[in-house]
Amino acid sequence: MDFISIKNNQRIKFAEIPVLAYADFFNVVTNQLMEKPEAHCVSYFGIPAENNVQLLCCIADDASASINVLSSVVSKTDTLQSITAKYMSFHLFEREIHENFGINFDGHPWLKPVRYPYNAADKSQTMVNYPFYQIDSEELHEVGVGPIHAGIIEPGHFRFICNGEQILHLEIQLGYQHRGLETLMIEKKKLLQRATLAENITGDTTVGHSVAFANAWESLCGFTADKQLQMERAFAIENERIAIHTGDLSGICTDIAYQLGNSVFGRLRTPVINYFQRWAGNRFAKGLIRPGKTNFPFTNDLAAQWKEMISAYKPHFVEMAEQTFDLPSVLSRIERTGIVSPAVAHQIGMVGMAARASNIVRDIRASHPFGHYANIDYKPVLEPVGDVYCRARIRYDEILRSIDMMNDILSTMPYDHKPATTLDKAEPNSFVVSLVEGWRGEICHCAITGPDGDLTHYKVKDPSFHNWLGLALAVRNNEISDFPICNKSFDLSYSGHDL
Amino acid sequence: MIFDNMKILIHQGKQFIPDVKTTDVPGVFRGRPVISNAPCDEKSLIDLCPTGAISGSPLRIDLGRCTFCGECAFACPEKIKFTKDYKMGSNIRENLIVTEGNDSPILVDADKVRAEIRRIYGRSLKLREVSAAGDNSCEWELNATSNVNFDMGRFGIDFVASPRHADGIVVTGPISKNMAEALEICFDATPDPKLLILAGVDAISGGIFADSPALDRSFLANHKVDLYIPGNPVHPLAFINGVLSLLGR
Ligand code: SF4
Repeated sequence: MDFISIKNNQRIKFAEIPVLAYADFFNVVTNQLMEKPEAHCVSYFGIPAENNVQLLCCIADDASASINVLSSVVSKTDTLQSITAKYMSFHLFEREIHENFGINFDGHPWLKPVRYPYNAADKSQTMVNYPFYQIDSEELHEVGVGPIHAGIIEPGHFRFICNGEQILHLEIQLGYQHRGLETLMIEKKKLLQRATLAENITGDTTVGHSVAFANAWESLCGFTADKQLQMERAFAIENERIAIHTGDLSGICTDIAYQLGNSVFGRLRTPVINYFQRWAGNRFAKGLIRPGKTNFPFTNDLAAQWKEMISAYKPHFVEMAEQTFDLPSVLSRIERTGIVSPAVAHQIGMVGMAARASNIVRDIRASHPFGHYANIDYKPVLEPVGDVYCRARIRYDEILRSIDMMNDILSTMPYDHKPATTLDKAEPNSFVVSLVEGWRGEICHCAITGPDGDLTHYKVKDPSFHNWLGLALAVRNNEISDFPICNKSFDLSYSGHDL
Repeated sequence: MIFDNMKILIHQGKQFIPDVKTTDVPGVFRGRPVISNAPCDEKSLIDLCPTGAISGSPLRIDLGRCTFCGECAFACPEKIKFTKDYKMGSNIRENLIVTEGNDSPILVDADKVRAEIRRIYGRSLKLREVSAAGDNSCEWELNATSNVNFDMGRFGIDFVASPRHADGIVVTGPISKNMAEALEICFDATPDPKLLILAGVDAISGGIFADSPALDRSFLANHKVDLYIPGNPVHPLAFINGVLSLLGR
């Protein structure tokens, strides 16, 4: 057997994952990607295996709603044939493995650092000596921006090579946000500590990441959330999507100096995040999602509050969005700006909202549905071109779609809360992949337990991990003054990338 | 077109919060906790807390370490209650510790505020924000302080784009090794006299990341902190009220 085919959140014995010689591993991975255009890598990482490294690759096959998992044990001193040379979408995964373990990949175009983790294999690499791509020419100049940016946002460094006002090349250096999160996930032994860490992977996706963690942990413990809990979680995921999408539309308006849009979308976000405060005491829903239980059972009263909130929100939101997407002065700034063509988006493995704005059907809610999503037939929203307009417009359409879904949830919610039970111990020597479509896109958590049932490895992948390269390519041949609007249209996570 | 825009404007009505000092926050917001004298199993509460914010005899919660997860209040509702009091900022680190049987507000100690802060910045304060491994929730909330609801600009308090234009630095995040140098440079680039404000649990104590080897918090050992504002993330009203009381307003 070349690989084991599993479902989202299906627990298996770790030993069931086939271990292949690297040459075969390489062939199986590349063949899968070649045969099925909808197949894409959701996670590829290494774990220490005595003195060697075990590589684990999870390829999601969207057509069959399965995830194909395979592995290979290699030595740290190996030089392996690079998958990136054939499939660009692997470039950051291989860089991460190289950075963590020192393994070399032959044919990789840029085997550079990813996030400068405190436990990197090569400590001589430091934040200040990042090997930026350079072009020698008297005509060209470089512009460096960051790590600290003009607005209140997370840090990262952007290095542009420009010809006059035009961007020829952008390289993004990240890592400033590295907190050692994956190690802490193992070292902190209390479940509440781990749930807290999951909430803090990136605070703008508190619900998305903590649902991914809760699902993974529950699967390891053999616990199935009941219908009520599953619906509450989907409700929270969609509310988070509405909140952030609305805030991002405000940000996009800021970056094109459309003051009215900035103010109105900005204030419309307030009741949506305040709704989380009504429900769970925190505007970012911290504390809301807990494995095996909820501290904030959903009530009829909360349903009524949401309906009241959203019926006030929706007409104002639609009015503002219709006006925004109709204004020539807005359209002239966002149409045909920052294009990632569908072909390029596919080549680099983009995911989530940004991929769908480039006409790629990639949405875990439809392709690998779990929990409440498995009971509905969600049809992803697509936009054709992949410019800033499409990435803005898709937010408008997705918000309306989420409102519909949440209304449906409320009309079928059973409101029967089971008394909290304590979770069983996690199954020893097991493995699970947990996928959630957060507002940005595909969140993937992989968990591995050891002989005592405790976590031995926890791998987090935020959708931003795939999409940062998309931003770098989107700005090529654009004016450097359009960089902020391109950046905001992706709104990628630094902390989710740097971990 | 202009009429459409005006129509939208009129439809918004008034969105600003008239009095940010007294306004009630919606829902079940977890602000300053109150610890009663009711009996409880101290040890189990101490064990429960994810960040070691609880200590015993007498029972105390350190809001500089508390993630406001609320679990302690669920475990022992007679003992611990979270109130909706969002005024949790202080210039004295110890003032962030809430003790059992003591339901008094958290205050700025006016005598310990440097005289030049109130004299120079009492009516206008420009701040530069540095996210040092913040998770983007405090960052969103600090952005929200300037939106039309909270409108911190009405007090002459704004965030600016450069440390050269700033009177002080606001730090969010637990301060990663990889951001330590940039933070130091940014603080150094801010002209004297300058303020240093820590916003949110991660900045104040490291939060859930406190003992991570990927952090470097030596910056805080070398500079005096003027204001601590707890929260996970810091609530816009907590931030605005914290700064106002530091300025004596
Ligand atoms: S609310 Fe604060 S003190 Fe209570 S358990 Fe959570 S972190 Fe600890």
